[in-house]
Parts: sequence; C-alpha cells; structure tokens
Amino acid sequence: MIVAERKPMDEILEMLAPYKKVLVLGCGSCVTVCITGGEKQAEELATLLNLTAQAKGLDLTAEFDCITRQCDREFVENLTKQPKDYDAVLSIACGVGAGFLSELFPDTPILPGLNTTFYGANVAEGIWAEYCHGCGDCVLGWTGGICPIARCSKSLLNGSCGGTDQGHCEVDPEMDCVWLLIYQRLESLGRLDNLRKLRPPKDWSKDRGKGVRRLTHKELAAIEEENAQ
Amino acid sequence: MNPPVSRMQSELQAGTFTITAEIGPPKGVNLDPVIAEAEHSLKSDRIAAVNVTDIQTAVMRAGSLVGCKRLLDVGIEPVLQMVTRDRNRLALQSDLLSAYILGVRNVLCLTGDHVSLGDHPQAKCVYDLDSVGLLQAIAALEAGHDLGRDRKGNLNELDGVPTFFKGACVTPCADEIGPQILKMEKKVAAGAQFFQTQAVYDPHAFEAFMKQVEHIQTPILVGIVMLKNAGMAKYMNRSVPGVQVPDAILQRLTDCAKEDRQKVSIEICAELIREMNPLCQGAHLMTLGWDHCVPDIIEQADVN
Repeated sequence: MIVAERKPMDEILEMLAPYKKVLVLGCGSCVTVCITGGEKQAEELATLLNLTAQAKGLDLTAEFDCITRQCDREFVENLTKQPKDYDAVLSIACGVGAGFLSELFPDTPILPGLNTTFYGANVAEGIWAEYCHGCGDCVLGWTGGICPIARCSKSLLNGSCGGTDQGHCEVDPEMDCVWLLIYQRLESLGRLDNLRKLRPPKDWSKDRGKGVRRLTHKELAAIEEENAQ
Repeated sequence: MNPPVSRMQSELQAGTFTITAEIGPPKGVNLDPVIAEAEHSLKSDRIAAVNVTDIQTAVMRAGSLVGCKRLLDVGIEPVLQMVTRDRNRLALQSDLLSAYILGVRNVLCLTGDHVSLGDHPQAKCVYDLDSVGLLQAIAALEAGHDLGRDRKGNLNELDGVPTFFKGACVTPCADEIGPQILKMEKKVAAGAQFFQTQAVYDPHAFEAFMKQVEHIQTPILVGIVMLKNAGMAKYMNRSVPGVQVPDAILQRLTDCAKEDRQKVSIEICAELIREMNPLCQGAHLMTLGWDHCVPDIIEQADVN
C-alpha cells in the first residue's frame, strides 16, 4: 500500500492562505489504512482548520468529504460535495489522488494535505515500513524476498557497505542492515550462490530513466476503443 | 601477468611490503599547503602512492581528481579514490577517462558514506553503481568500451583505452565477517587487484581475518588510522563500524602526557605495522593531516 503522512499544519495553512472556503477530501484506500487520509481524518482536519481559523481570526471555513479512491475516475462520481463549489480542495489522498483530481477538476486548485512517503506494509501496531521502491525491475527473486532497493539506504546490489554495524545501518542505529538480513536468509535457504553471482549494474531506466512510466493493457485498451466507436 | 601500470602495482608484484599514505583535499581552494606537506613528508622511496579522498565522510570539499593531478605534478604517485554516492555511471566513467588522461593509474573503488552522515544531508544520494559496479565499469573501459550501447545495441567503442590498477576496500574486523568476505570475493571477480582495509588495531583479529581469506590472492594493504589521542580512539570504538581499538592501546594514549601524544601515536602505528607486516602485503596509513609523522612511522616500523 501507499503510505503518506500529514503535512505540518503551518504548511497547510500557508497553502490555504489565498482561499476562504475549502473542501478537505479524504480517500478510502491506502491512506485510510495508514490512518492519515481517510474519512475520519478528513473530518478531524476540517474541524482543526475551522478551530484554528477561529483562534487566529482567519477568513477560512472547511468542510469535508471522502470517496473510495481518488485515483479512479468512477469513484469521483460518488462525491457528495462538488469541488467547483469551493475555492480549493485539500486532498488528503496520496500524491496520485491529488494529482489525478487536479486533472479531473482543472478549474479548482487541488492542494496536497499529505506527504506521500513510500510503498509499505503494516509491520506492527501503528508502524508502517518501506518494502518496495517501485524500481520497475524486481530483484526479490534472488535476494531472498528482501528488497535491497527499498530497504538498503544506498540501494546497493552486491552486499553490505562498510557502514554495517551489529546488524544496523550507518544512517540510523534503529534501521536494519538489510544486506545482513538478505545474507542470513539466503544462507538459511542454502542459496548464497544467488549473491555470489556477479550481475551487471542495475538497469535504472526501468525506474525513472525513461521518464514518466505507464502501464498499458493492450487488450483492455482495444475493447475501450471499440466501445467508444 | 600484465606489466604493471603504476609504481604501486609494481611494488606489490615484486613482493615489496608496500606502503601508501592518504591526503584529503580542503573545504575551499587552499590546496597548496596540502600538496606542499605531502611533497615534504610523503615523497619517499618507501611510499609507493598517496590516496586522495573523494568527498570523505560526505563532507563537501575539493575533489579527489584535482588532488591527484597536483600530486603527480610534484612527483608523487596518486591513488584516485572514487565513491559512487555522488555521481552516476556517466560521470564516473567520464572522470575515469579524465583521470587516465591526467596520468592517474591507481583507483580505489568505494561506495561512500551516506549523505545523511555528512554536512549536506539534504542532498540526493546517487548510488547508480555500487563499489562492485564501479569495478565493473572500469573493467569495461579497460576492455575498450563503456557500460552503454549505441542505438543498434552494439557496445560503444572507446577512442583510446585506459588501463588502471584497481582497488577496493574491506573491513577485516567487521562484526559479521561472512558477508564481508562474500563481497570481497565479488570485488575480486569484478576486477579488484588490491585491497586497502578499514582501520585495524588488533593484529590477532587481523591474523584471524587473513586466515579466512587465504583463498583470495589479491594483495591486501592493512589500513591504520593514526590515533591522535584517547578521545579519538574512544570515538572510533563508539562510532566507526568494524573498528575496535584494544584497551591496551587506549590505555597508552590515556596515560601519556599531552606533549608526548604524537610520539606515542607514532610508536603505536609503527608497532602495528611491524606486527602485521608478516600477515599481509602492505600498509595504508591514514594520518588525518599528520603527514609529517609518516617518515618517523616508517623508520620505526622498519619493514622490508
């Protein structure tokens, strides 16, 4: 899932400064699960904005709404409040949601209320951790299912750097040295030969090297075209 | 065996216990004093080459290549350190060609400390290649092409082909030695011809490490970072992964009078070299600005 966290209130208020009537729009998918951008958080943020506006004497009122997914055109029809009725929409979806809504509602400023941080999993109560970088060329098959691109601070491909220390990363002693985890897992699986193999340098063109990425299912796209005709 | 491309390679091939030193370019353009000090203290029959650090510890400063060029100008053979943190494969390969054109022959391939440890933590890390990838890039250049392809998918041929003496790093006293050795083997497979190690202060631990890498024929220069005082030794123990200063050394630094510190520091380095001389093929001295101590260290180490 996509993990995101709320922007600092000061930054949100600065973004909203030119606007008087704002819609805080939640998203019912990933950001609901990581408890930062769902309906409940949209309601809370709208309330907080109204209280702050009152306390600071700002000419700002906020209302809220939420749809199942901001990144899918069909769910936008479920909006109970319309963006055009507001000076701006504060989207608390991930950047995909906020960006996609900007395309669907070109006349209304769509502002991001969250910072989209990573693709992660819920590893413990209240804790999400990064598991995938979206590099476009998955290496989990030979790294024991542990991703060095997402989970090594340097995205190394050939094992620990000199900064590995008692199983931790030089960047933060709380962080695992994921290359040690990969080594140990492959050792226990009897597959250290996976690591011994010298591979060519990674093809980052599948990451962002060829610019903006898209996925096209040719068959689906063809059906769509037929229907349109 | 190919003919050596540098004095350092030549000494190692001849079986001489090879000593290298290290300088760091300044934060600023005041490189002259660093070069003058190197010329005064490091230009010697016993010092095969001098490493020039590459934006060491992710603290911005003048580059390794310019330091190497200035060393060449005063008759000192340089080792170009290259980290993969700051430049992608285009820039690294280009800098390698530039280095060769300028006369640099020794290259040390490193991954480099993470930017978050340095003085520009907001910078974007590159790590397009890692240290093994950089060795692979050099091997490609030496084979007459680069890492890329032309539009038809053919290798890009070079107009003039470099040959380097290629090195890498290993941490002999790392807490988990298995992964270190596996990566070391990969570095050799990718073309590493020498190793300069992370700092070692425990000859027994080093001996144990050398036994474990007996199957690796590549020459190893044991790294020694000069301990300037007890505080620095404690810092190394606390903050530098894979480096342990034994209590006995720490005690000597603690006990000595302030005015004797440099003398004791020199003695410690010389003793370490003497003790590890039979175990490996050379020593890499990192004096952190105390270049003037190197002649005394070498004299006291009395190695052949």
